[in-house]
Order: sequence, then structure tokens, then C-alpha cells
Amino acid sequence: MTDAPSPRPGGAMVEFDSVGLRYGPDAEVLCDISFNLQPGSFYFLTGPSGAGKTSLLKMLYLAQRPSRGIVRLFGEDLVHMPRQRLPGFRRRIGVVFQDFRLIPHLSARDNIALPLRIAGVGEEDLSGPVGEMLSWIGLGDRADARPATLSGGEQQRVAIARAVIARPQLLVADEPTGNVDPEMAMRLLGLFEALNRLGTTVVVATHDIHLISRIENAQMMRLEKGRLADPTGALRYPPANRA
Amino acid sequence: MIIPRVPVQHRRLLPDRRLSGPTPWVIAILMMLTLLAAAAGVGLARSANAIGSAIAGRVTVQIVTANPVTRAEQAAALRRAAAAQPFVRSARSVGQEELQETLGQWFGSAEDNDPVLQSLPLPALIDIDFVGEDRSSHMAQLRALVAAEAPGARIIPHAEWLGPVAQLIRSLAWIAGGLVLLMTLASAAVVIMTARAALATHFPTIEILHLIGATDRQITRLFQRRIAIDTAYGIALGSVVAAAILLLIGWQWTGITSGLAATASLGPAGWALLLALPLLAIALAALTARQTLLAALKKIL
Repeated sequence: MTDAPSPRPGGAMVEFDSVGLRYGPDAEVLCDISFNLQPGSFYFLTGPSGAGKTSLLKMLYLAQRPSRGIVRLFGEDLVHMPRQRLPGFRRRIGVVFQDFRLIPHLSARDNIALPLRIAGVGEEDLSGPVGEMLSWIGLGDRADARPATLSGGEQQRVAIARAVIARPQLLVADEPTGNVDPEMAMRLLGLFEALNRLGTTVVVATHDIHLISRIENAQMMRLEKGRLADPTGALRYPPANRA
Repeated sequence: MIIPRVPVQHRRLLPDRRLSGPTPWVIAILMMLTLLAAAAGVGLARSANAIGSAIAGRVTVQIVTANPVTRAEQAAALRRAAAAQPFVRSARSVGQEELQETLGQWFGSAEDNDPVLQSLPLPALIDIDFVGEDRSSHMAQLRALVAAEAPGARIIPHAEWLGPVAQLIRSLAWIAGGLVLLMTLASAAVVIMTARAALATHFPTIEILHLIGATDRQITRLFQRRIAIDTAYGIALGSVVAAAILLLIGWQWTGITSGLAATASLGPAGWALLLALPLLAIALAALTARQTLLAALKKIL
């Protein structure tokens, strides 16, 4: 898309500066959030339930504007951006929702193909990537199944496949491995890692400390009561420092 | 494009079932009533115009001289004199038989040689049609002519007693037009409610489509197409039923060749309007749905 530029060389892919978020007249659920996400990096977002992880992710995948502060994505100010420009940015972001949010009347194949169809990819160019993705997540034989007939883990895999099929520049995942067995969790994490090696910036919200230890060079952000625990933006967990 | 083109694969983003439940049926009923009201309005307007133009230049001269021989002589003289005037298109004596036949319908006796009717002292009547538009000058000239040929005769402009009838018919035509307008607004309201209900029902799908980069235009076209098709079904059904009713009425009307009823017809322009109304209704439904959907989507980030 021409209306969603790439971050300037050396610049951050995502910049949050003194961002606050409140819903209605209530107190802020996020307060003074400042961080930068570098292109091609891998981040884990952790914190207790109710800390504001999902709210932070919502701002990352453009479902919510902040109440105050500055949010820049791909070098552009998103706070004041006209809404008609947002679709171009959203097409460069893959999202894995905690509750999957698959479209119930579409098959697994059509759910996965959705981002490509929305982006205008022709049907003749769809079948290859969608078929490969179905095989990769182990659902090649269930391509025509509706979400209601899939298990929670299978739905999660379809949701992840939908998020990554368009090769997004930024992948945002909210508890992506919460409903899959450890083996599938590692396979999915491997997919995220592979995408990250190809240049995709990945942000994964999770409680799973074992997951965090599996990714080399991943950085961790921790939210507590709506505030980022490390105001410098990321606590680094290099392999050498891990237990 | 009244019904927007949407790729088949994109159409599947909405469930197969109809969006709007009873909407096509409600639209069908409204369309049928709209067409019937429009037909009534056109027929009445044409009737009012026909009556208005017919009575505008016509007067009847009533000669009530007591002596029947003098009355007949005055009537004949006046008819001849009037017919010779340049401002008169035609002058016709109303025959006694015609008068008795008309009176017979009111008195309950229309038989020939009815002694009661024949005993009535009937006036001599002369129908006069004017030429051109200058009615007031014609009336002044006719008054002078009547004063000369049949002193004491009374001039009755038809507009005096048929004018209110024409005005009533014209008012009914306006009321029918108002009904068409109201039913059009009601149809638009049904489409708006349908669009809003469809958005509410499919909000989770719309939210996902938005978050993966669908534009308002892409989402709107999906719903606009489905709503336009649903309303088109209703409009087609309503139009077919209305056409059947109008044809039945037209068939029954065929035998009526006299009185006010004979002036009522749709004419080519009326039929063209009735044929255009369903297409306009589909276009209005699609446009209303589009504007409603776009306005609703703007409330979502």
C-alpha cells in the first residue's frame, strides 16, 4: 500500500511517547507508556491479568486511539491520522486475538485467505499460499471445516495462520499459545521466529515464562497496573542471562 | 450501479441467508400501495384537468319564459345568433327528450311518454362553448346577446357548479401524491432499519474485516448489494401485484364511457411513471442503504 510508508532507516517501527488510555470518564488503564519497537525485533509483553496488556495491543493493531500522548507507526503519527488512511496500515499488521475471532460461517481456508482477499490478491494467487499455510498448521485435511467444528487449539492455529499469511511487517499476538499443547506452542513460536528472521517485528503478550525463554534475543516489556515496568522500553533477556 | 458488483468470494463474507427477515415483504406491501396510490393520483389529476378544461369555456343558457311557444322561439333565435358569433365554438339546444330522460333518472321514472314528466314546465337549455381563453370578454358579449334574443334568460357557467367537483378531484390527486411521498419515506425508513440491523447482527464480522484492513467502501458494498437485492425482490413482488390490480380495474373501467368516470385514465406519461417507480425505488433503497452504512461505519475507528 502506498499510503502506509515504511519506517525511516534507523527509525523505530513503533514509537509510544507518554501514552495514556482511558475508557470514558474512568481512571486511565494505561498511563505514561513510552517505548520504541525496532524493526525486525521480537518482544514479549507480560504482566498480570488486568495490567492493560490487551489495551496496549489494541493501540498497536489500531483498534484504539490513545487518550493522550504520541503513537507513531511506520514513522507516521497515528493519533491524528484520518481514519480512511488506517486500512492501509492495518494491512501491514497481523493480529492474533486471544479469542481467535474467526468468522463463523467461513471455512478454515476462507478465514486464512481473508487478509489476502481484502488486499485484492486474485483467486489464482491465493490457493498456493493458503494451502501451504493449512499444511503447515496441520489442518490440510480440514480446510473446509467451519470454526465451530474445530477444537480450540485448531481455531487458534487458523487464527495465527490468518494473521501471518500476508507476511505482515508487525505481528501482534495476544496469548497465541494459550489453547494449544506444548508441542504445537513450540511450532507456532517457531513460525513467529521464522517470520521475525524474515524481518517481521513480533509482539507477543503471554504469561508463559517458558515461552519467553525459548526465543533468543527476545526483549520483554512488563506491564503492571497500567504502567510499563521498564520505562526504557524493554528489558533485555539475552541467552547468556537465562537460567 | 444500483446493485454494486462484488466478487463471489467476497460475497461469502456475509452468511448466505437473507439479511433482512421480513423486509422484502414489508417493501412489497409498501411498493404495491405506492403504485396504487400513484395510479390513483395520476388518474385523478388527469380527470381533474379534463373536467377543468371542459367546463372552463362552457355555459348553459336557461330560458324560463312561461309561454312554451315563445320559449321555443327565443331558444331557436338565441341558438342561431350564438352560433353565428365568432367567439362561440358551438351552440346546441338540449332537446326536451334529453331533459326528460335526465329528470326521469332523478324522479324514478324514465319511461317514454311519462305523463308526470311531460306535464312538467321544463326550461329551454342551450349549451354554448366559447372559443379561446378570454372568457370574461366572451361572457359580456353573450350577456348582450341573451338580453337581445331572450330577455330574462339565465346564464349558468359550468365552472360554477362543476368547478368544486374538479377542485375536489384535484385535491384527492394531491392527497394520493402525498401518500406516494409518505410511503416512499416509509420504504426508506425500512431500508435504514434493515441496514442498521444488518450492521448490528454482523458487527463481529465487520470488526474483523476492519482490523485486517478492509475499507469502509469494501464493507459497504457487501451490505449494500445484499440489501438492494432483498428490496428488489420485495419491489418486484409488490409491482406484480399492483400491476394485476390495475389491469383488473382497467378491464372493469373499459365499459364506462360517460360521466366523470370516463375522464379518468393513466395516459402514456402515467404508465411511464408507474413503470419508472419500481426502478426509482430500488435506486433509492441502494442509496439509502449506502449512506446509512457509511454513516454507521464512521463511528467505528
